[in-house]
Amino acid sequence: MAGLTPRYVLRRLGMFVLTVWLGATIIFIIPRLAPGDPVAAMVSRLMAQAGYIENSAEIIAAWRARFGLDGPIWVQYLAYLRNMVMLDMGYSLSSFPSQVDEMIADALPWTVGLLSVSTLLSFLIGNTIGALMGWPRVPAWIRALLPTTLTFTSIPFFMLGILLVYVFAYELRWFPPTGAYGRGLSPGWNWPFIKSLAQHGVLPVMSIVVTSMGFWALGMRGMIITNQGEDYMILAEAKGLRPSRVFLQYGIRNSILPQVTALALSLGGIAGGSTLVEYIFAYPGMGYLLYQGIVNTDYTLIQGIVFMLILGTATAVLILDLLLPILDPRISYER
Amino acid sequence: MSVTLSHQIGERRPAGTENVVLEVHNLKVYYTTPTGDVRAVDDVSFEIREGEIVGLVGESGCGKTTTAMAILRLVQSPGRIVGGQILLDGQDLVRLNERELREIRWTRISLIPQGAMNSLNPVMRIKDQIGDAIETHEGRLPRKELQERILKLLAMVGLPSRVYHMYPHELSGGMKQRVCIAMAIVLNPTLVIADEPTSALDVVVQRVVGETLLEVKNRLGVSMILIGHDMGLMAQLVDRIAVMYAGRLVELSDVYSLFKEPLHPYTQLLIESIPSIKERKPLKLTEGLTHDLRNPPPGCIFQLRCPHVTDKCREVVPPLLEVQPHRRVACHLYYDV
Ligand SMILES: Nc1ncnc2c1ncn2[C@@H]1O[C@H](COP(=O)(O)OP(=O)(O)OP(=O)(O)O)[C@@H](O)[C@H]1O
Ligand SMILES: [Mg+2]
Repeated sequence: MAGLTPRYVLRRLGMFVLTVWLGATIIFIIPRLAPGDPVAAMVSRLMAQAGYIENSAEIIAAWRARFGLDGPIWVQYLAYLRNMVMLDMGYSLSSFPSQVDEMIADALPWTVGLLSVSTLLSFLIGNTIGALMGWPRVPAWIRALLPTTLTFTSIPFFMLGILLVYVFAYELRWFPPTGAYGRGLSPGWNWPFIKSLAQHGVLPVMSIVVTSMGFWALGMRGMIITNQGEDYMILAEAKGLRPSRVFLQYGIRNSILPQVTALALSLGGIAGGSTLVEYIFAYPGMGYLLYQGIVNTDYTLIQGIVFMLILGTATAVLILDLLLPILDPRISYER
Repeated sequence: MSVTLSHQIGERRPAGTENVVLEVHNLKVYYTTPTGDVRAVDDVSFEIREGEIVGLVGESGCGKTTTAMAILRLVQSPGRIVGGQILLDGQDLVRLNERELREIRWTRISLIPQGAMNSLNPVMRIKDQIGDAIETHEGRLPRKELQERILKLLAMVGLPSRVYHMYPHELSGGMKQRVCIAMAIVLNPTLVIADEPTSALDVVVQRVVGETLLEVKNRLGVSMILIGHDMGLMAQLVDRIAVMYAGRLVELSDVYSLFKEPLHPYTQLLIESIPSIKERKPLKLTEGLTHDLRNPPPGCIFQLRCPHVTDKCREVVPPLLEVQPHRRVACHLYYDV
């Protein structure tokens, strides 16, 4: 069996670069195919607010130059690629002179914190429920009760979010309704801030976990049940192994593999944020930023966020490619 | 020929000279289906003596695997043991609870499964799959001791020591089969059940695996139930043959007499249809005449295909009786009950 070879790592890195480059190119092309000129649109919006603006044609030209929209398309493209490599995403169209990368840098940690915690929790709880639902040795009454925990999966999570805010924030006043941390606290490694962060996180995390764990549970249940009929499961029992060992080392160990792939992909998608949840809870993350970008037709901002999403997904796939052969010996580092 | 009922295996006690390790009495295993019970094993009785290999033959679907799994108490749902006794050194396995069963499995009875290709856990190394059987029953062992033991075992079935660290997908079919054989004897069980250990292998590898089994038997003196349809292989390996047809045992005999003079009409057809190199023989068994296992006809199970069928065969179930020394057959041709 071949271990992790430099050749394999290089090839995976190559795939990574190729994916990101293709993604970046597509988000460069698409806005330029769309009808309308974002700069002109912005200036006319300003005019609508301020009444009349002098020299609007010159202003438009100056701004086009400022945003690098005046050169031939391939010059724009090369400049764009160079900027993307340096994670320089230019100025935000709607909140000039803010830099898009700074706005993203401000929002990303909140989203990553919120979504990684809720995705991992959902994965753990969902898979546990699913595995127990599929395992014949679990007492029948437990297996009958488990599906009730998945009732909320059928509710759209923004609805659940609104419900949670109403019940726990406004009626019971257990948790704050919006924001990522209390007013007047400064982010840092101090106890009041961390406590406030956790309190603010409970409702959004809950709304995501409760509505998404059904996805994991059903997948896991299906895998466990399919796995039951495998010859190696019967042999494991014939060997007289303890049920816990048969369950974990033979059942779960084989059923978890496709789940891990799905987990990696959802972790990769975190960079895009969860727009609805962040909007409902006014959580200052990527989803909220994306919402603002769309509302204000802020192309550079949208581009930046989508680019982060591509980067995140490609990174997740890269890590998955490096890890999977360790989890599943049948996948070799050769291919 | 006339024989009294007391010779029926159900009432026969071990003679004392030969040690019986396993006695199966009137075993019934049914599969529940929406249209009625499938009687996969129906009133089957036989015994296995110390150090002998008994072949269990019969066409596909006659209940061989179900019999084997019943002995291990591993009949898969919707199947269930409906009746009978399975005595291992006098202890009835049918009455044991889960924990007691776990102690007996592998230490006393082990299995070489029908699908050796898929019987190894794809994400565990061979050493761990053999090791967990040892450590479950004997407790934690020093790493060195465990390794030595597994390596010795692999050598015994003719596998190179590199197999120790390998994963199942890195082995050929024959190698996997031999890993399964090695695994089955690791705890020195009293009885090994080998379910078609050579089907799905090419002829050369079949021979090698067959020889491995024989070697194992000779060196360890274990008793074995060898399931298969390959009469040629049976002739080489086994001491006695049990012939099953549609869930019932129709003949049980020492291998020499059975090949020389098969008694039951089904056995006769089975022997006649063994292909030989010199002449091509047509398969005598007519397809499609077998009954539905859910709804067996009254009387003999073989009546629809039997060339010698009489009225009695359609009414009275022929019991498995000893009609010659060491030969039992379930057929009205040989007795008058
Ligand atoms: N899950 C099940 N549900 C219903 N019937 C079943 C089930 N499993 C097996 N059977 C029936 O039980 C009978 C015996 O099956 P078994 O697997 O013991 O046959 P076998 O002699 O081992 O055949 P083969 O030589 O093909 O391995 C068959 O007729 C089969 O149709
Ligand atoms: Mg079978």
